[in-house]
Amino acid sequence: MNKILILLFLIATSRLCVAQDLDLLDEPEVKTTDYTTATFKTNRVVNGHSIETVAKNEFDFKISHRFGFLSGGPYDMFGLDQATMRIGGDYGITDNLNVGLGRSTVDKTYDGFVKYKFLKQSTGVTNMPVTATWISHMGITTLKWPQPDRKNYFSSRLHYTHQLLIARKITEGLSIQLSPTVVHKNIVDSTKFKNDIFSLGLGVRQKLTTRTTLNLECYYVLPNQLEADKTNVLSVGFDIETGGHVFQLFFTNSSGPFEKAFITDTKAKWLDGNIRFGFNIARVFNF
Amino acid sequence: MNKIIILFAAIVTLGFMAFTNHSGGVYKTNTGNINFFSHTAVEDIAADNHKVKTAFENKTGKLQFSVLIKDFEFPKALMQEHFNENYMESTTYPKSTFTGTIDKMSAVNLAKDGTYKSTISGKLTMKDVTKDVSTIATFVVKGGVVNAKASFTINPTDYHIAIPKTVAPKISNEIKISVDADYTHDTK
Repeated sequence: MNKILILLFLIATSRLCVAQDLDLLDEPEVKTTDYTTATFKTNRVVNGHSIETVAKNEFDFKISHRFGFLSGGPYDMFGLDQATMRIGGDYGITDNLNVGLGRSTVDKTYDGFVKYKFLKQSTGVTNMPVTATWISHMGITTLKWPQPDRKNYFSSRLHYTHQLLIARKITEGLSIQLSPTVVHKNIVDSTKFKNDIFSLGLGVRQKLTTRTTLNLECYYVLPNQLEADKTNVLSVGFDIETGGHVFQLFFTNSSGPFEKAFITDTKAKWLDGNIRFGFNIARVFNF
Repeated sequence: MNKIIILFAAIVTLGFMAFTNHSGGVYKTNTGNINFFSHTAVEDIAADNHKVKTAFENKTGKLQFSVLIKDFEFPKALMQEHFNENYMESTTYPKSTFTGTIDKMSAVNLAKDGTYKSTISGKLTMKDVTKDVSTIATFVVKGGVVNAKASFTINPTDYHIAIPKTVAPKISNEIKISVDADYTHDTK
């Protein structure tokens, strides 16, 4: 008997709910997953990659310059008399899978990479705290052999970098990325040095306005892996997004526009004033 | 005693049922369409939202829309990102709403197939700015489905949408908003 009573009561109240539901705007939202976008303005933090990928069928053309040392003073126009540069681009095979190619003046290096975003930060039905991207780079140095008379192997020209990029957009303005990285050099100067070099990258971006951000990036190379004169790379920069272009203006102590160079070949120290001005210009084309 | 309680519950139930039936006549959809179109000499920009929630009440002509800004789809991914990040700031202002009335609701005979026109007037809210909007809508009733179409123009600066000087030539100050929704009788 009580069951019937409860049933009747439920029917009554459920009808009442529908009646109140007339105002559409009070209706609860349909359950969906809300994916976080624009963790970074572009697919580079400063020197290194961010978790961002270019969308399917888009080509992101990139020109990067790093000038000489600010400590060169007025004689070197604070470094502008010298420059290293990379010209290249990232292409979206899918929204999450990118490939890229580039050519740098540093050691006359060609580089290529494959990048795959395999986790996306989201809230809603699927809750995912971070976005994660894997990237594998390969570089080919094409400098003339220093000792052409001895037997030289093509494989000696190669180096590889593998990175796991993990980022979280913490607030609308603040994003943080951790980048555990291993660089593999097929050849090193002496048996005293390691072929595999482990490092941990940190990237932080803070929005200043809707279209400009302040970025900080450093890679910490774990001890006892590199020559004593090598140091860690530290970069501070600004992203300025104008619509189709992103301009990244920055100061860094590395001349290398690819991973192996700026993680394992940096010698200049910020404390000595050996800081370089540099910029990346990114322009996205649609196909 | 139990009988009295059951009788009472039955009366209450029937009472509510009668009441809700009486105020019925809500037509709604969760898959309405809104398109916006910006035309300039430099560039045409268009986007679609196919997940628009809207409803109207037959008796009063009360009309409501709720639109998630993030659900606008652009042909270019970067445009969509800039729309959300820079112009609409959709994390801060996720929703746009319209509440208003179908002014000549009585002229729209939902029981009879045909084409009817009525002015629509109400308040459009975007980025926490509310403005009066009015336009003429066309209602096509066919087999119990009510298709409604309407369009109007808005000026982005009215809704505090900041457009930098460098991109100003690409974005019109008369953005055409087109609405197209198939309403069905809410039988719940």
